[in-house]
Amino acid sequence: MPLSEQEKPLLQVKNLKKYYPIKKGVISRTVGYVKAVDDVSFDIYPGETVGLVGESGCGKSTTGRSLVRLEDPTAGQVIFQGKDLAKISNKEMRKLRTELQIIFQDPYSSLNPRKRIGDLLAEPLIAHKLATRSEADKKVNEILEIVGLSKQYKNRYPHEFSGGQRQRIGIARALMLHPKLIICDEPVSALDVSIQAQVLNLLKDLQKELKLTYVFIAHGLGAVKYISDRICVMYLGRVMEFATTKEIFEHPLHPYTEILLNAYPIPNPHMRDRKQIVVEGDVPSPANPPKGCVFHTRCPFAKDICKEKIPTLTGKGHTVACHFPLESVNV
Amino acid sequence: MLQYIFRRILIAIPVLFGVTILNFFIINLAPGNPVDMMVNPSATPEQLAMQKHALGLDQPVWSQYLHWLVQLFHGNLGFSYSTREPVTQILASHIGPTVLLMGVSLIVGYLIAIPLGIVCARKQNSWIDYLVTGFSFFGISVPHFFLGLGVIYVFASKLLLFPTGSMNTLGGDGSLMDTINHLVLPVAVLATGIAGNMVRYVRSSMLDVLGKDYLRTAKAKGLSQFIITNKHALRNSLIPIITVIGIDIPMLIGGAIVTEQVFQWPGLGLLTIQSITSRDYSTLMAINLLAAVTVLVANLLTDILYAVADPRIRYD
Amino acid sequence: MGELLKVDKIKTQFQTEKGPVTSVDEVSFDLKEGETICLVGESGCGKSVTSLSIMHLLDRNGSVTEGSILFEGKDLAKATEADMRKIRGNNISMIFQEPMTSLNPVLTIGDQLTEGIRLHMKYSKTEARKYAIDMLKKVGIPRAEGIIEEYPHKLSGGMRQRVMIAMALSCRPKLLIADEPTTALDVTIQAQILNLMKKLREESNTAIILITHDLGVVAEMADKVAVMYAGQVVEETDVYTLFDNPKHPYTLGLMKSIPHITNPDDMRLDSIPGSVPSVHNMPKGCRFYDRCPHAMKRCLEEKPLLKPIEDKQSHSIRCFLYEKEEQDYENKKLAEKEVSS
Repeated sequence: MPLSEQEKPLLQVKNLKKYYPIKKGVISRTVGYVKAVDDVSFDIYPGETVGLVGESGCGKSTTGRSLVRLEDPTAGQVIFQGKDLAKISNKEMRKLRTELQIIFQDPYSSLNPRKRIGDLLAEPLIAHKLATRSEADKKVNEILEIVGLSKQYKNRYPHEFSGGQRQRIGIARALMLHPKLIICDEPVSALDVSIQAQVLNLLKDLQKELKLTYVFIAHGLGAVKYISDRICVMYLGRVMEFATTKEIFEHPLHPYTEILLNAYPIPNPHMRDRKQIVVEGDVPSPANPPKGCVFHTRCPFAKDICKEKIPTLTGKGHTVACHFPLESVNV
Repeated sequence: MLQYIFRRILIAIPVLFGVTILNFFIINLAPGNPVDMMVNPSATPEQLAMQKHALGLDQPVWSQYLHWLVQLFHGNLGFSYSTREPVTQILASHIGPTVLLMGVSLIVGYLIAIPLGIVCARKQNSWIDYLVTGFSFFGISVPHFFLGLGVIYVFASKLLLFPTGSMNTLGGDGSLMDTINHLVLPVAVLATGIAGNMVRYVRSSMLDVLGKDYLRTAKAKGLSQFIITNKHALRNSLIPIITVIGIDIPMLIGGAIVTEQVFQWPGLGLLTIQSITSRDYSTLMAINLLAAVTVLVANLLTDILYAVADPRIRYD
Repeated sequence: MGELLKVDKIKTQFQTEKGPVTSVDEVSFDLKEGETICLVGESGCGKSVTSLSIMHLLDRNGSVTEGSILFEGKDLAKATEADMRKIRGNNISMIFQEPMTSLNPVLTIGDQLTEGIRLHMKYSKTEARKYAIDMLKKVGIPRAEGIIEEYPHKLSGGMRQRVMIAMALSCRPKLLIADEPTTALDVTIQAQILNLMKKLREESNTAIILITHDLGVVAEMADKVAVMYAGQVVEETDVYTLFDNPKHPYTLGLMKSIPHITNPDDMRLDSIPGSVPSVHNMPKGCRFYDRCPHAMKRCLEEKPLLKPIEDKQSHSIRCFLYEKEEQDYENKKLAEKEVSS
């Protein structure tokens, strides 16, 4: 979906930080912080899908959860339709929750095992006093059909469904309140490969039909590429690069993005002898991130300044946080 | 680690204070007092009052407590109200038999329970598993006094294999064999309960560990089942076992009250009952204090053992 | 290259309260020295159970009930536990999916590495330690002398998987079974581990059975591939043939349904409808019947067999669609036989 400069963002993230204190000793002294999300900013426009990618510990899930206030940010703002989620009252937040929904990785553990699907789905409507019992029932039928489940399933319990079906139920639940924005937190990672495509296609179709906006969090770049309009590459709690999907895949500017794309095995045996940059070492601990650019310890192009100065996210449209973006190195 | 132990000891001090205060007031709440128990029933009220005054029992409870505390800091636990001996001396003479009885019982109980628990876990749902689990249920649920009287009836009065009670034969030579002979029945009773309890923990803990990925790794290396069970699995199942041991250790001091009574074992259990019936406040306070210290030491020991058994646990 | 392993129509069953459940049925493949075969399929397709069957590492209630597993001419399906102990970790070794839970948390890395070395190679304690440090260096562990004294929780997932590899390769096995070795790792770490495995494979000429659900990993690593579905091999061939000329409807569906970064931008994924049948309720005929776009009436009733067809390399398919090709190939083979005799 092309972004027009005039359009107003649906959601703005401004300098978001989420630090978890590390406590030690009997009196639980705070001896440091795990910087799960450190100074993250981006805008999301109506109708688009923004993919958040990165390896474990990069803060993509914490960012996603902060967007629906499942985490209270340590600092920074999450502005949804002009309202700062951290500042509004719980009552207002409850109202906003109908427009902001989240789908989790493991649909099974997020569904109450003792409730029938029909009741689970009707619950939010009734809780928000948006419908009577019979109206809610009608709505459940409608939504079940939209996500491709028979309405006969209403009387079944979560354990009677397969993984793919449960994820459809998870999606159905998110859709019940007609949200504007859905955070999809690794929605296909737990599913079998042949089922992943079903769910991805469903999400794509729903977006078109219902004019939804997605934040799609995943570690599998294939799925992110398939569904996203723009992609935000994160590493150790920070945004490394943010650009349209095409730009990210065709002209990555950050060495980390390049390495990440390169690391994916390609399902074509004729390409197995291609040249590959393999980055050495592990991701550093977010409790003790490197000084300067957080990627400098593993970056093949790191220079002295990278160890000292944190690069700022710069650029128009295609932003990158690197002292030596790839084009300036290669060309 | 050392710093951790030091901190734990510091925390233990206020806890001990609390325990002594609570105990002191609860004991004083019980009806009757030592003087009622020791003078003969025909004594006049004046005589009683004089006695009370001599023992300081006419003071308010809090002042009695302070007095006791001050004496405690001088290393003085007071004199027994009933026998007039120093409490330290009484404790010293009773602690040995109890530690002997309970120590042997705990060791025997664990020696039975740990291998049996491992076997049960390895052969889950086999006849041996059912048999041992049944026995463990029996060990936990049968009261000690009942089992004690039962074994006395069968093995002492009918079969005449063992003495009915006490620690040594009256007027005997007090030899080791004699003591062992006297130990058999009470140890059997206590070890049954201890083993019955422990078996369940070893079994479930082992079962948990046996399903772990790293045991499959060990097997994939070609190790024998013996090494897999005893080197790889057992160490990992130690944490719950240590927890149970930590709970069992305070029994060394106070756990055998009923059994000591049944077998007339001259230990702390017997002393406790005697002190309660004679309202011997100073002895009771000393026993309570000892019990509280043991519990705190056992807890600390448990925590230290956790770190020894599992390298992932570190205190700093 | 001599033949190392020949798995012939094995059937693995688990005894459950509801009666026996067959989780692997008629699985066959073979492997030469130094060759890598990938078993690929979705969860529950029997790829892990196949590998555990070879190693006799199934749960107590599972066993190979039919077929044979010839390893260097010896039938492992009939081997005793004592025989298997000599083979495990020595001639065949294994690495697993979860590096975080596959190492014993209360024993040091050195302890866990040297016990296999001492057992199978009869090294002394000091020799074994020295050798273990060499192995750790070989798999790219920095500060090997220090790491050997550490407990597993001090290491990252990638490092632990390296330790697992060092452990598995320490007795120079002929065959390494790797069960989803990189699935739990981050992509950059996955690339490191796959590169390491390639390097070690070249150096040691170890044959590998690599179990994965990721066709990308298959394309990077495999010499040949067995695609498994619902406990059966549905297609087996060399890696180039599989990607250039996939035949079985499931293989085709799998390839088209995986989103990949090399896919063109506007390509819509083809999804396979429905889900994998449950082991308790296996279809009588073809197990892919209810999800197959080409299903015919006979697929419901008749069981297709895995049969070879004419192709550049050996290529076998379990599907009635290729019955004619299979028949032609069989006739041709028969004719060749007659000519030669």
